[in-house]
Amino acid sequence: MRLSLMRAAAAVERNPVSLDDLAVGETGVLSSIDLPEGDANRLMELGFLPGARITAARSAPGGDPRVFRVDGTEFALRRDTARKLRVEAAKVEAAKAGAA
Amino acid sequence: MSAHGSAGLPTLPTLPPPGFTPPSRGPRFVALVGPPNSGKSTLFNRLTGLRQKVANFPGVTVEQRRGRARLEGDHREVVLIDLPGVYSLIPRSEDERVTRDVLAGEMAGTPRPDAVLLILDSTNLNRHLVLAAPVLSLGLPTLVVLNMADELADRGGAVDAEALATRLGVPVALVSASRGEGLEMVREFLSGAVGLPPSLDLPVLADIPKCRQWAIGMSDKAGYSQPAPPVWTRRLDAVFLHPVAGPLIFLAVVVAVFQTIFSAARPLMDAVDHAVSASGAWLSAVLPASALKSLLIEGVWGGVGSVVIFLPQILLLFLFIGLLEDSGYLARAALIADRTMRKAGLQGKSFLPLLSAYACAVPAVLAARTIENKRDRIATILIAPFMTCSARLPVYTLIIAAFLPERPLLGPFLGTRAAAMLGLYVLGFVAAFGTARLLKSSVLKSDGAPFLLEMPPYRRPTLRQIALRMYDRAKIFLRRAGTVILGVAVVLWILAHLPLSGGKMPEIANSVAGTIGRLIEPFVRPLGFDWRIGIGIVMSLAAREVIVGTLGTLYGMDPKAGSEGLQAALRHDLTPGGAVALLVFFAFAMQCLSTVAVVRRETGGWKWPAVQFAYMGLLAYSGAFIANRLVTLFLS
Repeated sequence: MRLSLMRAAAAVERNPVSLDDLAVGETGVLSSIDLPEGDANRLMELGFLPGARITAARSAPGGDPRVFRVDGTEFALRRDTARKLRVEAAKVEAAKAGAA
Repeated sequence: MSAHGSAGLPTLPTLPPPGFTPPSRGPRFVALVGPPNSGKSTLFNRLTGLRQKVANFPGVTVEQRRGRARLEGDHREVVLIDLPGVYSLIPRSEDERVTRDVLAGEMAGTPRPDAVLLILDSTNLNRHLVLAAPVLSLGLPTLVVLNMADELADRGGAVDAEALATRLGVPVALVSASRGEGLEMVREFLSGAVGLPPSLDLPVLADIPKCRQWAIGMSDKAGYSQPAPPVWTRRLDAVFLHPVAGPLIFLAVVVAVFQTIFSAARPLMDAVDHAVSASGAWLSAVLPASALKSLLIEGVWGGVGSVVIFLPQILLLFLFIGLLEDSGYLARAALIADRTMRKAGLQGKSFLPLLSAYACAVPAVLAARTIENKRDRIATILIAPFMTCSARLPVYTLIIAAFLPERPLLGPFLGTRAAAMLGLYVLGFVAAFGTARLLKSSVLKSDGAPFLLEMPPYRRPTLRQIALRMYDRAKIFLRRAGTVILGVAVVLWILAHLPLSGGKMPEIANSVAGTIGRLIEPFVRPLGFDWRIGIGIVMSLAAREVIVGTLGTLYGMDPKAGSEGLQAALRHDLTPGGAVALLVFFAFAMQCLSTVAVVRRETGGWKWPAVQFAYMGLLAYSGAFIANRLVTLFLS
């Protein structure tokens, strides 16, 4: 419990955070995708749309790539890609509060 | 039942006479479109009965495939075109381009489809329905097929197909292609009861968020309730992707596959071996001595027979590949492998092509189409033939069985022979890995599109799909045995029995084959090979497993000896150094005309296949040379 509070606090400090900053089980709301248009479009087609709620599901052994859940489907992304997907920090908190 | 059977049945006057083609009512060319892993190919198999590769892994169909669906009660055949999965009609990789081009009628040799089956995964409707917007805007008669209805119901989801049909203005069918449920409506659609879709108020296609909103609105109005998360998938992933257990399970799976291929295939192979040698012995007993008998016994039985023995092993390999693919474990394996792939400068998406290269390099080269980045794609194509394809299996098995006694290494789990086989697979992988690094750090350097892989839920593999695939593989293997290998065996037999001297056939060493062999011998001598192996290598440029048949023909003077005889002959003629060198040579060399041809086609010219052939040949020769020297040094 204390640990998760500290983690949430850390998430607020890095403002705004990327998808990669989400701990496993945390949900964030996507705000923007910092990738070339074609790549961003592909992600959007899969549901990585601004405003979408994205949950960090788990990661591959070794921590990379990570698996994210969007709309009930899981996708693997490498961490360097996940860092390009911005998540609103305030909404990370909100999502956590809602889940608790 | 059919029109042809109606001749003697005057009570059925409504049946059209044989050969009658009804007026062009209904569609003739129907395209199957849908996102990856939505079950297009499973439905295609259901409707056509044609075998085609299906797996629980996104991106299995990379080329269009055609099949005919015969419709009961109708006397027409519909041509179905199974297309690669797409998320939109804006292509980003070569396989997606195929789909777009076929639908736009811009694919040479393929008529524009006059109807579309849009296949969507009903457990993922919000996301998959987005594809309906661009597909409906094509203005073709369309049936929306909501697949995996069984899974939707099992997980407590629901959708009102009729309500969705009203909203979309096109018919909607709720089906389970894997169980074959709900297909009546699909058949009806194919029979021609279709109209053009009404002009819908579709969102601007380039605006992805708008399209998504539209899709969610549509599924809302169709009373769509999303299924519960796949509980078992989450539980299994907690184990299979566990930081410690995950990689260990991965290794255990690989070891188990190899051990089983070696040990479980043995009795089956012995049975085939017995059948081949018994029939050969019987034939040689009943036939009068003649050149024809010699051709049959030494050429056909010795050559083709020694290859056919390996059928059980190859089927077992495909059984495992099928189980791994259809269960969904493969996507997890790709995830675990991504870190390794990245060290080679490649991405996890190269994993599927490279894994399918363990079966055969030809589909692997085609599967590389799913890789968006062109340089990554070429690099994957170039290293694919290093992966140990099933054609190498007979060669490896023969040499290992001849030279390595079977002893347990890890108790009952791993024996020496399976370990040696595993070592050869690793050797191929290391060569591929090293070559990839070389390419990606020089001529094929690239930033690459982001790695993105959908994790499908785990599914129970169906016997039907796996059996279809094994049947398909058996057919391919036996067809090759009956064509390429038979052809080479006959040519070789003729070369081994000419020229006639005084009306008698020469000793094999004095024959044309022997002469050619002696010409080759100086080149292969440093590798520890004699002229017979030299001929075998030349012949196996057509296909690797030909060498087994070739040696079978060259040594196949005694049909009763069977594969034991071939092994004994090899032990007699080949030093241990030569044996290891031969294994290394086959691990590296690109001895496969089909692969050369498909690489030329896929890379659009002779440049890459030529580079590939020369590089692999050089590596094979020097690798075999070093192996021979080292082993000889070590054993002396």
